[in-house]
Amino acid sequence: MPANGQPRRLAAGGRIDRSKPLNFSFDGRAMQGFAGDTLASALLANGVDLVGRSFKHGRPRGLIGQGAEEPNAIVTLGEGAASVPNLRATQVELYEGLAAHSGAKRSLKTLAGACAGLMPAGFYYKTFMRPKRLWMFWERLLRRAAGLGAPPAGPDPDLYDKFNQHCDVLVVGGGPTGLVAALQAAGAGARVILADEQPEFGGSLLASTVEMNGAAAAQWVAETVAELRTFPAVQLLLRSTAFGYHDHNFVTILERRTDHLGLVAQPLAQGAASTVPAAPRQRLHRVRAKQTVLATGALERPLVFANNDVPGVMLASALSAYVNRYAVAPGERLLLCTTNDNGYRTALDWRRIGREVTAVVDSRPQPDGALAQQARAAGIEVIAGHGVIAAVGGKRVRGALVAPLRIAAGGPSDKKSAKEAQEPNGAAHWPVAGVELAGPPRRLDCDLIASSGGWSPTIHLSVQAGGKPVWSDAAAAFLPGEPRQQTRSAGAAAGAFGLRECLLQGAQAGAAAARLAGFGDGQVSLALPDCDAPAEAPQQALFLVPHTKPVSQAPPQFVDMQLDVTAADLELAAREGYQSVEHVKRYTALGFGTDQGKLSNVNGVAILAAALGRSIADTGVTMFRPAYTPVSFGAIAGRDVGGLFDPERHTPMHSWHEAREAVWEDVGRWKRPRHYPQPGEAMQDAVDRECLAVRRGVGLMDASTLGKIDIQGPDAALFLNRVYAGRFLQLGVGRCRYGLMLKEDGTIFDDGVTVRLGESRYLLHTTTGNAEAVFAWLERWRQTEWPELKVYLTSVTDHWATAAVAGPQAREVLRQVCADIDLSAQAFPFMSARQGQVAGRPARVFRISFSGELCFEVNVPAQHGQFLWDALLEAGEAFEIRPYGTEAMHVLRAEKGFIIVGQDTDGTQTPDDMGLGWAVRPSPKPQDASEAPAFGFIGDRSLSLADHQRPDRPQLVGLKTLAAEAVLPEGAQIVNEPGRPPVDMQGHVTSSYFSAALNRSIALAMLRNGRRRMGEIVHCPLADGRTLAAQVVSPVFYDPKGERQHV
Amino acid sequence: MLQIRCPYCHELRSEEEFAYGGEAHVRRPPHPPALTDREWGDYLHFRHNSRGAHREMWRHAAGCGRYFNVLRDTVSYAVLKVYPMGDEP
Repeated sequence: MPANGQPRRLAAGGRIDRSKPLNFSFDGRAMQGFAGDTLASALLANGVDLVGRSFKHGRPRGLIGQGAEEPNAIVTLGEGAASVPNLRATQVELYEGLAAHSGAKRSLKTLAGACAGLMPAGFYYKTFMRPKRLWMFWERLLRRAAGLGAPPAGPDPDLYDKFNQHCDVLVVGGGPTGLVAALQAAGAGARVILADEQPEFGGSLLASTVEMNGAAAAQWVAETVAELRTFPAVQLLLRSTAFGYHDHNFVTILERRTDHLGLVAQPLAQGAASTVPAAPRQRLHRVRAKQTVLATGALERPLVFANNDVPGVMLASALSAYVNRYAVAPGERLLLCTTNDNGYRTALDWRRIGREVTAVVDSRPQPDGALAQQARAAGIEVIAGHGVIAAVGGKRVRGALVAPLRIAAGGPSDKKSAKEAQEPNGAAHWPVAGVELAGPPRRLDCDLIASSGGWSPTIHLSVQAGGKPVWSDAAAAFLPGEPRQQTRSAGAAAGAFGLRECLLQGAQAGAAAARLAGFGDGQVSLALPDCDAPAEAPQQALFLVPHTKPVSQAPPQFVDMQLDVTAADLELAAREGYQSVEHVKRYTALGFGTDQGKLSNVNGVAILAAALGRSIADTGVTMFRPAYTPVSFGAIAGRDVGGLFDPERHTPMHSWHEAREAVWEDVGRWKRPRHYPQPGEAMQDAVDRECLAVRRGVGLMDASTLGKIDIQGPDAALFLNRVYAGRFLQLGVGRCRYGLMLKEDGTIFDDGVTVRLGESRYLLHTTTGNAEAVFAWLERWRQTEWPELKVYLTSVTDHWATAAVAGPQAREVLRQVCADIDLSAQAFPFMSARQGQVAGRPARVFRISFSGELCFEVNVPAQHGQFLWDALLEAGEAFEIRPYGTEAMHVLRAEKGFIIVGQDTDGTQTPDDMGLGWAVRPSPKPQDASEAPAFGFIGDRSLSLADHQRPDRPQLVGLKTLAAEAVLPEGAQIVNEPGRPPVDMQGHVTSSYFSAALNRSIALAMLRNGRRRMGEIVHCPLADGRTLAAQVVSPVFYDPKGERQHV
Repeated sequence: MLQIRCPYCHELRSEEEFAYGGEAHVRRPPHPPALTDREWGDYLHFRHNSRGAHREMWRHAAGCGRYFNVLRDTVSYAVLKVYPMGDEP
């Protein structure tokens, strides 16, 4: 045993650096690995067999793969805010101090005990959904048991950023195919990005013993990368996973920049106190590529046999990678089962390091390819025409059951396949159902089983790009379909599994992509390297190796290791009538794990196809969606977090509100003062005080956030008359009018006051939160329906600061700072507008009121906003002027029964529903056919639709609780009688407050046929079990004749 | 994410600059009061759900603010043509 305490580390070889030992821990156990290790290879070097427990059954699980495909070794790194869950140990580069947790200890017992390990296909549907009340119980158990990691606690301390990039040719995958493609495209002059998920380029060559140009493949890789670096327009991205292929050749690439250095990126070098990381941990590249080459390689497919999840069962290619790249021998005696020549490489690798190969079990009757001959020559026993039908062992493989196979006349597992065999072309469909046992099994001893069931091209990005995968019997794999975007697949990703062919395809793809992007002539100009890869004999398509017992009774034959889906589950789903592969996926959870079924997809489809008596081609494959491997939320968010998550809009008086310690309300993107609490005041105290100031004296509100649209042009009046339901042709200069804006379906979209500033100039006010939507709506009609109208719209919301001076003393206050406007009731009546000087600044003053009190809304250019505000406060000091916020505004307007669109309406109310029929002019009468029809207003035709005339529509009413101090919750449901459900819902409360002026609670509500139910008592059952009774009253609680605003 | 060439700005820009405006060439009936409820309802609620070439409006919301028409393949999402309001594809 080597002195470093890594019992399974080889003394020599590999791409690890033995001079750089690294300490790490796994589930609390201290271990050591080397620079160049992944967590997975270091675990294997330390003799760790058990890396996790299975999701449903809690079975011990070991490493199967060596890259993105790994379903079992899912770990969490670190603890607390910087912890990262759901990482594949095979893709975690080892660093000093790494602390990984498998979740294996936490997982089981709870669930396995609760369910006695019996969780067949459709378990969720069958068990948890009925009775419904038990779901909460199950869900809690399931979540605890899942062992798939927990979200980090606290904000992510790391920094992330995004790059927007453009290139001529994006090459995804830096193996032999991608390297050649990038070099060919770069040589043609194209701007190239080459991205690879690994820490170094080379792809499969990193774990290969193949020679290129007479030297180790690694040398060719180094030379090729060096040549690529000589091109200034080539960008090489390592540790970068292209995880999403989106519309119009938009590819998202996640670059892991500091993950391999530790959990939190190094703090800034200068300024030791700084906690801001020096570099982003991850970077999201958002790449627009004119052309892409997908050289994403292929994933080896495991064979499915009984107990194939016992630790010690691995992919053949993964075992070779551990041996060749990481110098780890995770066992002593290897049994290799294969359907193809390629698998023999693993047996040869194993023999080369001096370990014992029990046998190669080849399902093909007469394997005699070059690699099989090499194996025999090396003294390895080849058992032809056999398969491993079961692994033997519990926490570690101890042996294997091997049995002879033959092509079945009928089908071994399903009666439907007999029918299929009678089809004339049934031979093309033979793969799964067509194999049966030809004799009894025997046991062979081994501690390692490596399996190769052929290769599945990594077609994920191709599918995301719109290519429908095509099943190829020859390749026994789904190949990329006809692309819908500017992309092409090459090499193993396109089903070319020989190195020579991959290199040629890569060069051709690079040349073709460059030409289509405008570079070169499309001809391959590179001299491709010689390589010693021998030709391979045809493979056999085999997915599920039959057992002596039928699938339903055999020990579990796992298809999806991460979610514990077995062949029996898939057959059960088929028996229960599931036909579509997408439905079976959802019913059995096949491929639903964080590994997205990279190893299970094709096996699952093949087993399902056999159970359904169909071909694989007819069964199809499930959709691949982004992301190829999991992506952290941090990378997607980038810098758009905290204050940059969503922009805030501030009024010109914002810092004054801030200094007064206003409590904020978010309205749209605006920060509005909700109330201004004084020391010791609760919110209700402050709101009461602010309301009473307006009702009895004078208040001041920042109304700058109201949407403002400047409308100019000779047809401005005509335009307004079409977009508003009211009479706007008759509005005089210097006058204001309340308008209702409807959608074409007759429902209320927005409301507000429009001011006629001049002969052909208007100022339209929108609600604060709806300003942008209204502007887009108006522009739409102006541009698309009425291009002939001479009218122009300009959003001027931010151009003006608005202060509302409201209350009986408002005139006196304004008089202190405004000399050139006659403010008297006669000269400046309600609903009119004047221009003049306020506090020496140019101002527009509107006599409009949302509080029902005498009110002047003073507008000055935004830069004068704070000056105006200060001047009004100073002028009002003698009158005890008080600033008031949006909450007081809400109470004041509710006392008057004024609605807020979006609070009292929800997009389904007509003007009449809200008691606003008076704001709607009659629609034009049907005219003589010879006469040109007049345009009414948007939505007019819909007001007469039958449903809008229904007598039992909910209508706006007021509610007064019988207990005057009880405030109904907004959203409370209204019923006729208190009592047990089911009860008929009569409506709901839309606004509810305590009114200081009335010293009681008030509420606005939508109540069926409400206006005819004045005086009735209705009931509001609350969530806490109480029921509040209330009387239906007019929505106008205060000053019902509206006299106060007219003074 | 699509890329769209604004016919007014003459630049190929990302979809995030644009706002979708629904099906194009849907004419508002010139005289709504003359329509039955059903006819008016058809205008209000029914749009084509084309497979293949589809005419739709877009607005260069974060650019020039103008509406224009796009002929887009709803299968491949390829933008087949971009043309100003009032033009035919």
